Amino acid sequence: QLSLFRLTVKRLLSTPRSSVDSKEMKKFQLLAHKWWDEEGEYSALHSMNDIRVPFIRDTLLNMSSNYHLGNPLSGIKILDVGCGGGLLSEPLGRLGASVTGIDPLEDNIRTADQHKSFDPVLAKRIQYKSSSLEEIVEESMETFDVIVASEVVEHVADLEMFIKCCSRVLKPEGSLFITTINKTQLSYILGIVVAEKIMGIVPEGTHEWEKFVPPEELERLLESNGFSVKTVNGMLYNPLSGSWSWMESTSVNYAMHAVKSGAQGESSPTDAPSEVEREQGSATAGTAA
Amino acid sequence: TSVVMAAVCGRGLLAPLSGRLLAGPRSPIRSVAAAAAAAAAPLYDVVVSGGGMVGSAMAAVLGHDIHFHDKKIALLEAGPRKEYDRMPDSYSNRVSSISPGSATLLSSFGAWDQVCSLRLKPFRRMQVWDACSEAMIVFEKDDLDDMGYIVENDVIMSALTKQLDAVADRVEVFYRSRAVGYTWPLPSHSCDTSPWVQIELADGRRLQTKLLIGADGHNSVVRKEAEIKNIEHRYDQSAVVATLHLSEATDNNVAWQRFLPTGPIALLPLSDTASSLVWSTSHEHASELLAMDEESFVGSINSAFWSNVNHSDFIDAAGAMFRSAISLLKPSGTAVRQLPPSIAKVDPESRAMFPLGLGHATEYVQHRVALIGDAAHRVHPLAGQGVNLGFGDIACLAHHLSAAAFNGSDLGSLKHLLKFETERQRHNVSLIAATDVLKRLYSTRLTPLVLLRTWGLQATNALPPVKVRI
Repeated sequence: QLSLFRLTVKRLLSTPRSSVDSKEMKKFQLLAHKWWDEEGEYSALHSMNDIRVPFIRDTLLNMSSNYHLGNPLSGIKILDVGCGGGLLSEPLGRLGASVTGIDPLEDNIRTADQHKSFDPVLAKRIQYKSSSLEEIVEESMETFDVIVASEVVEHVADLEMFIKCCSRVLKPEGSLFITTINKTQLSYILGIVVAEKIMGIVPEGTHEWEKFVPPEELERLLESNGFSVKTVNGMLYNPLSGSWSWMESTSVNYAMHAVKSGAQGESSPTDAPSEVEREQGSATAGTAA
Repeated sequence: TSVVMAAVCGRGLLAPLSGRLLAGPRSPIRSVAAAAAAAAAPLYDVVVSGGGMVGSAMAAVLGHDIHFHDKKIALLEAGPRKEYDRMPDSYSNRVSSISPGSATLLSSFGAWDQVCSLRLKPFRRMQVWDACSEAMIVFEKDDLDDMGYIVENDVIMSALTKQLDAVADRVEVFYRSRAVGYTWPLPSHSCDTSPWVQIELADGRRLQTKLLIGADGHNSVVRKEAEIKNIEHRYDQSAVVATLHLSEATDNNVAWQRFLPTGPIALLPLSDTASSLVWSTSHEHASELLAMDEESFVGSINSAFWSNVNHSDFIDAAGAMFRSAISLLKPSGTAVRQLPPSIAKVDPESRAMFPLGLGHATEYVQHRVALIGDAAHRVHPLAGQGVNLGFGDIACLAHHLSAAAFNGSDLGSLKHLLKFETERQRHNVSLIAATDVLKRLYSTRLTPLVLLRTWGLQATNALPPVKVRI
């Protein structure tokens, strides 16, 4: 699977326009209980953790000066939008963050809650809620240090509104991490034809090429809504080894890190490519202490 | 050995694909205890079963790991706590040859300093020779570094105990606690059963853990309960150990090993006046050695090292001829054979024997389970490798677990456990197979094989690249 099946769809009566797409929801309903089978339908998402967790972790470590031994993300409040079964929330929780995971599909939230319940440390650090992003905006203005929206924006109905909501719930100078699929010929061939129809890495019909988001467009939307894009890096999935790696080209999958402008409209300077280069080195590079 | 290779290669080939192909059969399916009962048992991130040198070192390494700072580790040991502030005057008869790599691992968490403050004997040179010919091979480093260290097992245990104490807030050691039952989770659960390994102790206490590391020796209960197949072979040999006193004090920085037709006899230095004996021989001969009086015992040892009764003129001539051929091609390739020190006395009560065997687990890991040390592989002492393989396992597993912890991964996940297995099996299998081959090759008096090994040894002695690899 080249993408997370999370973005789901329920139309909510209270919000007239929603970023959630009802057709998308139906697709994920059937697979709600299959999240935690590492070798099953979601195996590519499980292995994506091997690059997206270090990416998030190291970017945040670079930006902060505190380091808590054994808990690199301690004290950081993260919102995981479209968390699905909690595949990304759990590793972030294990690294010490306080995570709120939201997903419009109740079955996903139920699976996620059940899975974390066996680990008392995670059960305390992670809270799940069945909700869309718009629904929590009012009560969560400028609450979160970090938002992760991994494999989500390619399922969203209204991307600009989604980004605006992200901006409202993020603290100033907070980070937004997005991973998604580019809209290119190559992504059509690999992401739809090969992944869905030929190799069955992703169940057929999961993705619609029309909704893929080119990085230029995502960057434009982010910059015009108060974000400053710091890093863009291409990702590649190897179906033979079942593993992900970083690559120069963003023609298929890519990850983006953006920072919300501070109160004065300044955002913290960071070196874009070198941070992500560090991912490719040893994962234990973060022994800053 | 071919059976060993076949079994291991089979798993090795399947490993990368098995993730996609076989979800189920990897771990044994057992019924899981009621969730309610399980929920009450304390949950650990890692439980190490077996508090010997390898198990204790594993727990200590994890306890000192920066990424395990907030994790909970438990070590289960059936015996009592072992610690010495000062060593007794007499030497223990169970010693190990510690390689420089193992010493590095031990110093990474402060245990080597503890060992040095107790006692150890570095050696610079190792001479290995045949009883049936003059062939010999000498190992020594060109720089003045130590080749290895002879350390009593009790000293290592004491050092490890001290270092475990230093991280007692993270590592809980359960002495006099034997695990009697393990319950395994199903690999991909979507229901209400606990995803953790359940452990039941002899006194009825229960523990749960995200990762169980089996370091419980060659009769590993963890391995048996996990239904991991083990390739086993009992050698028709036992090892006799004893603490010996030399006739006269000497530098004693050489390790000696002579291959007799009945098995290798080794003399490992303990101090300027004492050495440790490891004599692998037939069960009957071993019992005789234990039963005979001290004088006869000492006489047998000296004769084993010094006598030429097994030489034949033919082999001697062939060996001499080969040696002169080598000295033409490679003048520095032949060394002078030194004579080991002669023995005067044996420590009373220090004679003991234990049976020898070969073992190799076909799998080192399963979902939430990993085997290290003798639980995974058992080898003949002739290569002095046993505990060093275990320490190598620890270094590799700790590296992968540390990275997994820093990535926020589930510690019991097969993904990184398989990487450990592949790395270690690749390293261990060739060494175990080679040791087995050597053992068999040197167990015979048959002339063709003696000639083969004589020339082989002489050639190996002359070739630096091969020696360095060994």
